[in-house]
Amino acid sequence: MQLWMFVVLSVVKVAVVLVIFLTAVAYTVLLERKLVGRIQNRWGPTRVGPFGLLQPLVDGLKLFLKEDIIPSGVYRPLYLLAPLIALSCSLLSIAVIPFGETMRWHGMRLFVLSDLNIGLLILLSVTSIGVYGIALSGWSSNNKYSLLGSLRASAQMISYELALGLSLVGVVLRAQSLSLTDIVKVQAVHGIASWNIFGGGQIFAFLIYLMAAYAETNRAPFDLPEAETELTGGYHTEYSSMKFAMFFMAEYGNMITVSCVATLLFLGGWTSPFGDLLPPPQNMVVGVLGPIFWFVAKVFAFLFLYIWVRGTLPRFRYDQLMSFGWKFLLPAAMLNIVGTSLVLAFL
Amino acid sequence: MHLVLFFIFALFALAGAANLLLQKHPINSALSLIVVMSSLAVLYLLLGAEFLAMAQVIVYAGAIMVLFTFVVMLLNEGREEKTWGSSAARVVGFPAVVALLAVLASAILRAGRHYGTVSLSDGITTTQDLSRVLFRDLLLPFELTSVLILIAILGAVALARKDDGNA
Repeated sequence: MQLWMFVVLSVVKVAVVLVIFLTAVAYTVLLERKLVGRIQNRWGPTRVGPFGLLQPLVDGLKLFLKEDIIPSGVYRPLYLLAPLIALSCSLLSIAVIPFGETMRWHGMRLFVLSDLNIGLLILLSVTSIGVYGIALSGWSSNNKYSLLGSLRASAQMISYELALGLSLVGVVLRAQSLSLTDIVKVQAVHGIASWNIFGGGQIFAFLIYLMAAYAETNRAPFDLPEAETELTGGYHTEYSSMKFAMFFMAEYGNMITVSCVATLLFLGGWTSPFGDLLPPPQNMVVGVLGPIFWFVAKVFAFLFLYIWVRGTLPRFRYDQLMSFGWKFLLPAAMLNIVGTSLVLAFL
Repeated sequence: MHLVLFFIFALFALAGAANLLLQKHPINSALSLIVVMSSLAVLYLLLGAEFLAMAQVIVYAGAIMVLFTFVVMLLNEGREEKTWGSSAARVVGFPAVVALLAVLASAILRAGRHYGTVSLSDGITTTQDLSRVLFRDLLLPFELTSVLILIAILGAVALARKDDGNA
């Protein structure tokens, strides 16, 4: 393949995925407002467009038009850099996520931006860099609430990153590969029966991953970094306008990424739950759109769960959070690794 | 292409290292160190060591440097005064650095003759290859190193708990 062809195709793919991802981020916010509204016995946004469907556009416009205030006491270089780090790490991680059949056009995979041998490790490393966005924003804001919020957030993210990473080892052991495509292929054979969460015996790893991921994305019930009753707004207290919006987008982008990873690693990615029971579709369009439909449906289910949990559970106390992460989740993840390796070695 | 990328990121690494020494604010120095480590990760990638590159980012640029920035944030140190160092450092330090570099360089060159060298190329050492070497050929050194690290962790915990006697 010629170089120019490669460049053009890559740019087109990146643009399409980025637009879809950012739209998904905007509409996840709307979904959250709607669902939490229904959980609390009210309507949520209904005024802009049918069922409030145009609300994200108006929200975006509002954030754009707001005055951008930079407080006088901040450490400017890092204050400006922090939201950029947060948002770019959130956007980067979507680059290695495959979301459809392994179809090639002119030798280039269509439904993934870049299919790498070490996709899973890239995801983990991007999350570990993402901590800096939050840590630096709180420190450079020169505000006690921001600093406390960011200290909490970074301590929480470092602690739960361990459990998160270790919970994935069982899946990697089973697939014998760090490539996300290979991990999905292992689960593709018998449909739902060979998904890691059921046939793969990784149900405990799945639960550990889910809890660690909620803490990693600073979402309820682990949303202590922005606990508004004690910390005003947490690490982004001093941010306004588009800089605040960047943190906001980063948070929802991370939610979507985490849901995508859970789908790929535990729920068989884009494969259908019926596996070989259904004959492979003859129609080209169904063959392409079917996998994408399953992928989106599973990711949507995870986002729904995120919002449901937020609407239902109260917030943890900070010491509870830390002892839960270190004394329960981490040992449980290690036990899962030992168990999985024993089963794989002797059965 | 590989050579161009190598020079770009080698330049980043060197510039980050120089910046680390010249900056007055500790947090800027910490951030420069992150730049150095990430550029090193890219150099590993150029040599085809993909697992090592990612481990470098996750462990060094991610976990360890977060702890550094954490300490800087908690202590909230102000600007540092610029000094020209003690005369002892100038007399002993520079020869010591030269000697250390010489020893390291000769050791690395000799190891290269034993284990072979890699060049900048499209070749990739997969994680499977790496683990085969680690857990088959070099199993004993690997396990000994892990025990050593475990002892260090236990020591750190013991030191940290010393103060409150009944805890």
